[in-house]
Amino acid sequence: MNSTANRTSKQTQVLVARSLRRRYRSEFIFRALGVLAVSLGVLAVFGLFGKIIADGASVFRQSYVTLEIYYDPEIIDPEGGRAPEALATADYQALIKAALREKFPDVEGRANLRELYQLVSSGSFLSLQRAVVANPSLIGTRAQLTMPADDTVDMFVKGQVGRNAPVAERRLTDQQVAVVDRMTAAGILTMQLNREFLGNGDSRDPEQAGVRGALMGSLLTLGLTLLLSFPIGVAAAIYLEEFAARNRFTDLIEININNLAAVPSIVYGLLGLAVFIGLFGMPRSAPVVGSLVLTLLTLPTVIIASRSALKAVPPSIREAALGMGASQVQTVMHHVLPLALPGMLTGAIIGMARALGESAPLLMIGMVAFIVDVPQGLTDAATVLPVQVFLWSDLPERAFIARTSGAIIVLLVFLVVMNATAVYLRNRFEKRW
Amino acid sequence: MLMNAQPEVAPVRATVGDVTVPNPLMTCRNVDVWYGDKQAIRSVSIDIARAQVLAMIGPSGCGKSTFLRCLNRMNDTIPSARVTGEIIFDGRDIQNKRQDVVQLRSRVGMVFQKPNPFPKSIFENVAYGPRIHGLAADRSELDEIVTESLKRAGLWEEVKDRLAQPGTSLSGGQQQRLCIARTLAVNPEVILMDEPCSALDPIATARIEDLIDELRQTYAIVIVTHSMQQAARVSQRTAYFHLGDLIEVGPTDKIFTNPSHKLTEDYITGRFG
Repeated sequence: MNSTANRTSKQTQVLVARSLRRRYRSEFIFRALGVLAVSLGVLAVFGLFGKIIADGASVFRQSYVTLEIYYDPEIIDPEGGRAPEALATADYQALIKAALREKFPDVEGRANLRELYQLVSSGSFLSLQRAVVANPSLIGTRAQLTMPADDTVDMFVKGQVGRNAPVAERRLTDQQVAVVDRMTAAGILTMQLNREFLGNGDSRDPEQAGVRGALMGSLLTLGLTLLLSFPIGVAAAIYLEEFAARNRFTDLIEININNLAAVPSIVYGLLGLAVFIGLFGMPRSAPVVGSLVLTLLTLPTVIIASRSALKAVPPSIREAALGMGASQVQTVMHHVLPLALPGMLTGAIIGMARALGESAPLLMIGMVAFIVDVPQGLTDAATVLPVQVFLWSDLPERAFIARTSGAIIVLLVFLVVMNATAVYLRNRFEKRW
Repeated sequence: MLMNAQPEVAPVRATVGDVTVPNPLMTCRNVDVWYGDKQAIRSVSIDIARAQVLAMIGPSGCGKSTFLRCLNRMNDTIPSARVTGEIIFDGRDIQNKRQDVVQLRSRVGMVFQKPNPFPKSIFENVAYGPRIHGLAADRSELDEIVTESLKRAGLWEEVKDRLAQPGTSLSGGQQQRLCIARTLAVNPEVILMDEPCSALDPIATARIEDLIDELRQTYAIVIVTHSMQQAARVSQRTAYFHLGDLIEVGPTDKIFTNPSHKLTEDYITGRFG
């Protein structure tokens, strides 16, 4: 009746060996699939990073032209009154043009001179203007000034357009190429750290455009988001997990929080537009509104992560504290919270990483505007890094391709620094039990 | 016919033996505990004597731990639990809403089945109770309480040089003695012990049992145990629980040598459990 009982042990061993072979085969297949999956992931990450770094790394250095500028009183302040109004509105472009003419006296004719002037960034006069307004004693002196070359020159020098490419693609005439070569030979056209990219706000000129504005916008927005959503989220999680009674109402709240985590982010943007800007009359494009919207967006994530961190604290610790006569608040504050804090920080990291990458809800509240000034406060008009990436990706100038990738690199560095800080904090708070 | 569809509820079994003691510290009368619709304890009445160890024995699920947790209202932490009946301590029913549980638990300490020191230093573990209850006026007084408690728990010699190390770095037996020291630091009147040795090896168990014997001079101790030998060794009075009923109470030697109830006898002689 029982076939096992009738077998000799040798027959059993043969059967076991056969099943072992089958088991080894399926284990091998499973491992191979796992290795494949991991390699695909690694490949995707490296491919993505490789592409972005390949496109964007060049942006951190830029071509600069060094010219000797004569702060000509005749041009800046012909009336000699040094009136701030006059200093602010003077034709500083003319100073740069004069310096170029002085450097290349053999270039003649209106058309040729215009081509010569095009080689220096058209936004450079602004730095002259700022310098003179701040320090009118410069007028009448001569000084070496380094200013960004035009983006077409920059791309040509970096080899991003070929020397022999058609003029329409190269965007430089033969005469301009000849001047660029002479500048390089004379040592006045040099590659330097791209101060504009790291120090400026947005600009229509690629060589003047920078991520500083967006970076500050992201910092302000995320800083306030963290300050709002972490304490609120943790407090909500503690109350729901440790104090609230379990009934229909709290179940409803729990379901709602879980559902909120799945709401498309643009809906939060619409909410922010209607409530914070429409109803409360808060300023448009401001980081304060952005962080309020992102707080709403990250709250469910923070609450859910914090609650599971609280759930993971062993009940024996609670019993120990309660058994000692600690009140419920003391039990939570002295014992449960310190143990749950690392998990809560992880939740905050996930929430903040999501908030950092969000652009859709911020479009709704006007953080997508073209903003040249670097924001100084929470109510200044600002944009954030992902929106800046989105804006630049849309522009026709080819030099913005590199700047788009450059902004992504800055965004990724921001993310890594933020996460590293959080991981460091988490490890400091981590305790074993 | 319809009546037969109802599950049969066995009648409450009356307790054999004398549940009262002269000058009791705690008096429990007709205590019932429900978890939701399920009744875990039925009409348990028993007195808890001063300076004596009461052992509660019985098969798993008989309600002895549940009853123990009524004595310092630890059942409050279970939302579905409902306790009725009288538990008089110091002339007052501790079930009364006006009874402050924090104060109650400072007088009725508890040691749990699994050693559960706080993930803090050895010193902080013992100092926690005095701190939250405001028992020490200054640091030197706190030091004194911690030292004294560790000495009474028989742990001082082993840990005096490493008070700053985490309590969780100790061995299982040491951890359990640390938990006892932590309870002693609040100077309670009753110490409840819920199978305090079930996670320990025989040597650590023997040390705890010696400790219980010493502590009995000062405290009323109620211990739940699965080991009948342990009950016989450490207790002066034994209560036998069976399926939520308190079956028999009596002096420990009588329960183990000459039990009156058939169920007690079956359990003692190892016929089940």
